[in-house]
Amino acid sequence: MSTPTNTPKQVETLSEQGMRRRNFIIAGVAAGGGLLIGVALPQLFDGKGDASPAKTAEDSAKNAFSPNAFIRIDKDGLVTLIMSKVEMGQGTFTSITMLIAEELGVDPAQVKLEQAPADEKKYADPLLGGQVTGGSTSIRGAWEPMRKAGAVARTLLVSAASQAWNVDAKDCRVENGYVLHTGSDKKIGYGELAEKAATLPVPQEVTLKEAKDFTLIGKPIKRVDSPQKVNGQAIYGIDVRQPNMKIATVAMSPVLGGKLVSVDDSKARDIKGVRKIVKLDDAVAVIADHMWAAKQGLAALDIKWDGGRNETLTMKDIVSQLDQASSDKGRAAPGAVARSDGSFKEAFAKADEKFEAVYQLPFLSHAAIEPMNATVHVQKDRCDVWVGTQVPALAQAGAVGITKLPPEKVFIHNHHIGGGFGRRLDVDFINQAVAIAKTVDYPVKLVWTREEDMQHGIYRPYYYDRLSAGLDKDGKITAWQHQVTGSSIMARWIPQFFKNGLDSDAVEVAKEPLYAPANIFVEYIRQEPPGMVTGWWRGVGATHNTFMVESFIDELAHKVGKDPLQYRLASMGDSPRARHVLEVAAKQAGWGQPLPKGSGRGLSVQYAFGTYVAQVAELEVKEDEVKVKRVVCVVDCGMVVNPDHVRAQMEGGINFGISGALWGEITVNNGKVEQSNFDSYRVMRMREAPVIEVHLVQSTEAPGGIGEPGTAAIAPALTNAIFAATGKRIRQLPIKNSLVAA
Amino acid sequence: MITLNVNGKDHALDVTEDTPILWALRDVIGLTGTKFGCGKALCGACTIHLDGQATRSCITPVSLATGKKITTIESIGDTDVGKRVQQAWLALDVVQCGYCQSGQIMSASALLAQTPNPTDEEIDNAMSGNICRCGTYPRIKAAIKNAAKA
Ligand code: FES
Ligand code: FES
Repeated sequence: MSTPTNTPKQVETLSEQGMRRRNFIIAGVAAGGGLLIGVALPQLFDGKGDASPAKTAEDSAKNAFSPNAFIRIDKDGLVTLIMSKVEMGQGTFTSITMLIAEELGVDPAQVKLEQAPADEKKYADPLLGGQVTGGSTSIRGAWEPMRKAGAVARTLLVSAASQAWNVDAKDCRVENGYVLHTGSDKKIGYGELAEKAATLPVPQEVTLKEAKDFTLIGKPIKRVDSPQKVNGQAIYGIDVRQPNMKIATVAMSPVLGGKLVSVDDSKARDIKGVRKIVKLDDAVAVIADHMWAAKQGLAALDIKWDGGRNETLTMKDIVSQLDQASSDKGRAAPGAVARSDGSFKEAFAKADEKFEAVYQLPFLSHAAIEPMNATVHVQKDRCDVWVGTQVPALAQAGAVGITKLPPEKVFIHNHHIGGGFGRRLDVDFINQAVAIAKTVDYPVKLVWTREEDMQHGIYRPYYYDRLSAGLDKDGKITAWQHQVTGSSIMARWIPQFFKNGLDSDAVEVAKEPLYAPANIFVEYIRQEPPGMVTGWWRGVGATHNTFMVESFIDELAHKVGKDPLQYRLASMGDSPRARHVLEVAAKQAGWGQPLPKGSGRGLSVQYAFGTYVAQVAELEVKEDEVKVKRVVCVVDCGMVVNPDHVRAQMEGGINFGISGALWGEITVNNGKVEQSNFDSYRVMRMREAPVIEVHLVQSTEAPGGIGEPGTAAIAPALTNAIFAATGKRIRQLPIKNSLVAA
Repeated sequence: MITLNVNGKDHALDVTEDTPILWALRDVIGLTGTKFGCGKALCGACTIHLDGQATRSCITPVSLATGKKITTIESIGDTDVGKRVQQAWLALDVVQCGYCQSGQIMSASALLAQTPNPTDEEIDNAMSGNICRCGTYPRIKAAIKNAAKA
């Protein structure tokens, strides 16, 4: 997942500023005698908190240099990249390796990857700063620092060689892990130079390759993690095994927010393999020799819960609270203004035509295919946590709080992640595992069943948005208002950045619609649904608001009788890149060409995460079932590090978004989540997967994010296509419900 | 004691007869390539071969596997078709998070062993029990076709 909430501008500023500071890269002697380069990848939220992410990042840059990625060149020439970052499937490891390898002059396949071991003090430090890896693993943050780190290493190695040979460094070049002397046949491997290079001063300036000289960047280099993922060898959090380890599974209060009253465990104790029953405030865990025994033990428990105040909670309550909060009259307090240019009120009053619409998005589960899990060993003087997490620092802080051990005694061992999608930015399940493991002296692997995972998720918020536009007699937009109502993820997850009632994620894209007229008003009204904990979901604020904005613009086009493509182009401000992706997508998709009855095409265009993307979905509606046939996706993500990764992320992101849009919803009845597994929470399967055509725009702009744009832009393309196919306008997701209701 | 033959090797296990093969593999024998996703035969992450048949190990008790041969992702590369499938997966860089891919590869290998040249519909039918949340379906399908040709 790339960064929640940050606008690309902030990221760009950040890396520019960061890289002007020489102290962003350090070099020294590695343990064992090689060359070690440390580099600080920008941390967008460093947890210390201040007025804005950019300010904080800049501050932290000023205050402390804490490298969080390392390149080690051993005496035998082995190049190792050590990162505390985690691979969630987006190819981050491969892309970052490519950036280093490009400047260092080595084959990326020969760069070894190591997870920063949390138990080595040297690498543990970066974990202590409260960093969160949300945006920093993305190529946006790594683009300059990692190339620069490679260049620093190269420069040091070349200096070492030129000194050894007593020749001018200018006459030396690098190739495949060697320094070569131009004009003689002198050649020496990095391994032999590493020790000497480590003692040389860090160069003040390094020159980065020009784009035209790239040999790796821009090429479809194969993923470094593929081989171990096709033969079962990759170790995910759930695969961790420790000596004497036992397995635990839990039952949590079925009513959200409920508490445990009592447990009769007499039957469970008789089950073969059951070791211990652990009572927590809101859950019961059974520890056993293996998962089956733990599950059997859990099933044999007689548990009494106190559901508390959510016992009668229904969706109707939640939605009517949102409805009321979102209306001008019903809300308790004024909304937080995200943007107010000109006067929406005046322009709207004067408009020749006025349109208003309410759009709703449901709660969603991430349903990552690897259920939540963590393995923990609490001992008198230390705590080890083996887990796949996007936030090792939060995991550590949680364990410190529960064990009361000092932070340097809590070790987070990070692993492959079987799908994050934002879910693993929270540490609720890790804390729970620590609390359970604290009661025994052996390591415990806590594994949630799919049912617990789905019913005790951190859900994408339910959004209830009102949009209004005023048009002149030619159909031109003169006034635009977007009122966002929903829970605040930032207020819960990073309260330091929740200022004056404004959640910047909730208004992402809404604040800067591509069609903003001179009179625009955007506000955010916070309304927390009882019982539900809400969090980041792939595509974050853009997934929410691109649906709103791209649905609304499509409605306006139809209202004034214009072609949705032409109307978008005519309503867009000065945004050549947005225009371009839209035009190319329309052309590639055959926009305007006839389709059979019951079929339709729909458009969407989006700028978010520093990336422009346009999508055209083609689908067929038959008896309330939607068959998505084809998606054309044109992406301009600036400089492309690895075109095959961009394609893969678009394909996967689009499919993820289609699942959510067609079927995804978490609902609550009597305080309980109604969905429990993949039968009641439907997700895409192979026979439902459309043909996806991804086209990349050549660009030399700074790289944008690729993990989320595909997901964020697909839903409105689908609903707009359904309108084209059937005349039914879907303003509420998931589509399956609205189609039947319409 | 129950004896399971896994990847050509016998394992004597002290588990009850109703224990799903999945947990015997992962938690008792220690073969973690076979994944847990749903526990209800809904996602395919736990797919193994039981005498060559693609089988959801999360709902299949060990008692049904006695006297049969279990093949898991750890050894599927030893078969000709499994190897071709793995190579096709690498050639197209199918994986993302990779968690579902053990199951995908096991289902694909079973399909190709029985139907060397599957149609799109046959692929859809054989593979629709395997969920990929990362949405790698287009590449899985292309890789199966590649492996069929290889
Ligand atoms: S874990 Fe067996 S099918 Fe999902
Ligand atoms: S690759 Fe992640 S679920 Fe399939």
